[in-house]
Amino acid sequence: MIGTVARRPIRGPIPIALLLIALGWIGLTIGAPLATVLVEATAKGSDAFFAAFGDPDAQAAIRLTLIVAAIAVPLNAAFGLAAAWSIAKFNFRGKSLLLAIIDLPLSMSPVVSGLVWVLLFGANGWFAPWLEAADIKIVFALPGIVLGTILVTVPLIARELIPLMSAQGADEELAASTLGAGGWTTFRRVTLPNVRWALLHGVLLCNARAMGEFGAVSVLSGHIRGLTETLPLHVEAVYNEYDFVGAFACATLLAGLAVVTLVAKTILERAGASAAKKGSAK
Amino acid sequence: MTLAVNKISKQFGRFPALNSVSLQAREGEFLALLGPSGSGKTTLLRVIAGLDKPDQGSVFMDGVDFLKLSARERRVGLVFQQYALFRHMTVAKNIAFGLDVRPGKSRPSRQAIKARVDELLALTHIQGLGDRYPAQLSGGQRQRVAVARALAFEPRILLLDEPFGALDTKVRKELRSELRRIHDETGVTTILVTHDQEEAMALADRVVLMNRGQIEQLGSPQELDDAPASPFVFEFLGECNRLPCKVSGGVALNNGFAAPIIGGGTSEGEGEALFRPSDTQLDSGPVGDGLPVRVVQVGGRGALRTIECQALSGHRLFAELPEHLAGHFEAGQRARLTARRVVVDIKAKSADPSASHLEAPTREIA
Repeated sequence: MIGTVARRPIRGPIPIALLLIALGWIGLTIGAPLATVLVEATAKGSDAFFAAFGDPDAQAAIRLTLIVAAIAVPLNAAFGLAAAWSIAKFNFRGKSLLLAIIDLPLSMSPVVSGLVWVLLFGANGWFAPWLEAADIKIVFALPGIVLGTILVTVPLIARELIPLMSAQGADEELAASTLGAGGWTTFRRVTLPNVRWALLHGVLLCNARAMGEFGAVSVLSGHIRGLTETLPLHVEAVYNEYDFVGAFACATLLAGLAVVTLVAKTILERAGASAAKKGSAK
Repeated sequence: MTLAVNKISKQFGRFPALNSVSLQAREGEFLALLGPSGSGKTTLLRVIAGLDKPDQGSVFMDGVDFLKLSARERRVGLVFQQYALFRHMTVAKNIAFGLDVRPGKSRPSRQAIKARVDELLALTHIQGLGDRYPAQLSGGQRQRVAVARALAFEPRILLLDEPFGALDTKVRKELRSELRRIHDETGVTTILVTHDQEEAMALADRVVLMNRGQIEQLGSPQELDDAPASPFVFEFLGECNRLPCKVSGGVALNNGFAAPIIGGGTSEGEGEALFRPSDTQLDSGPVGDGLPVRVVQVGGRGALRTIECQALSGHRLFAELPEHLAGHFEAGQRARLTARRVVVDIKAKSADPSASHLEAPTREIA
């Protein structure tokens, strides 16, 4: 298989030294902080740990985080599919511009992603008079948080799909249409199954990022306890009040999400690889 | 089913891909669209399939106006060079697709579809591969699946776009005769696009030889061989020697060389004689008719040998002779060269061979 390099067992002082440095670095930068989260969260026993989740504000934060992800991820999945479909299967003017714009949020600070919405919909924003007249609240409310999250996570699914769909080309879709399949049937039975693993992979990454987003949401939320605080904001707020157990208990949820994402990602990559094997082996 | 293509024109930007092309395919006929790349053969196929819209002209299939139907509605079986099989479906699912996606009542029952799939697996000689995925098949097997898939939903016509282009020579030859067998068994009207003249001449009932968006000649392989309509046709269908000549009374003449022009011809003047190495004769005797040449090299193996000669004028000419005749010749020897038949390119006086095709008159072919 292309891309597989013959592996040798590690021998000699230099490879062992390199390995130790790598492991030490990972332990220091990832392992130790994760361990700290667990240790701090359970420092006052399991009762205090679980009591942190009994706090109505914590529950509201968890609920809000789930709602935001439940709105942002499907929207980004729909957008990602549409963008990847049009970029990979058709030629049109402005295609490279669209590609560049999709990538923009990756290189932009999330704080900026939050601020642009404040600029548009905030109390002194461009659309403020209309919003006020219609009594619609966007900034410091759920819509703003969702918008900020979407802007930050918009590239994640599209970028998983575009290279794959480009590589697959449009021949199968052409074949399907000459065989009598309509647009929706072709999408459902040919296009979507061909990208299902990449799509799931993208959804997973997008979800993890959406639930963990801090910067953009921090600008847009207004930090109203129990109303507009997502889980990451709640962790910070509780921590600032010296409730270390409460903060770290909620942080275990986010850390747990990362671990679950990692495991699911690995499983998906295995499944995708075996599907690819089915799809490429002679 | 009969296909009638009438005065189809199509431009890509300023490039005329098709220029008023007309042809008819009879029911059950096997047509080959043959030509060099850029001749418009693939564009014509795509117009018939509904993947490209022509600027002008009409396409009728049994009286149905094809241009009013989308590709989806035309019920045209299309086979791609790169197979375009559905990679996540088994072979059986691939073949069943055209029947599976039929709406509501027109969709056959599950048993009927399975029976049809089995029938096509048998027809294309890939029984037992129904549960495999495309990636688990060889190139030849994949193209068999593609043909089976295109035939399963009983298309009005089967179109194949360079279907053997991605296959190695041995598999290509094998699949070629298989395609003819499948055509003969199903009787479906078939149009094959190819740039391989050997393939077109071996497979098709009639060959449509295209050049620069127009039809140079349309006829049976025999007709194209016996009566090429233009120097282009003659040259495209096989190797050619070129020799400047004078034309007079249906004979091409050059310093003892005198060869009859195919179809006689009424033009007089100067031109270039085109003739096949297999139509070329060599005589080792000291006197007689023929262009004086010197043998440069005797090459090849087996029953046919290629003898390379050089005329006094410097022109290199090749003769293909059976082994027992070729034995009389060796490098450095003098000989006299004639041809059984030639085609004359009257306008090709200049050294630029491509100019001749630009100016070549195009003929109306019924």
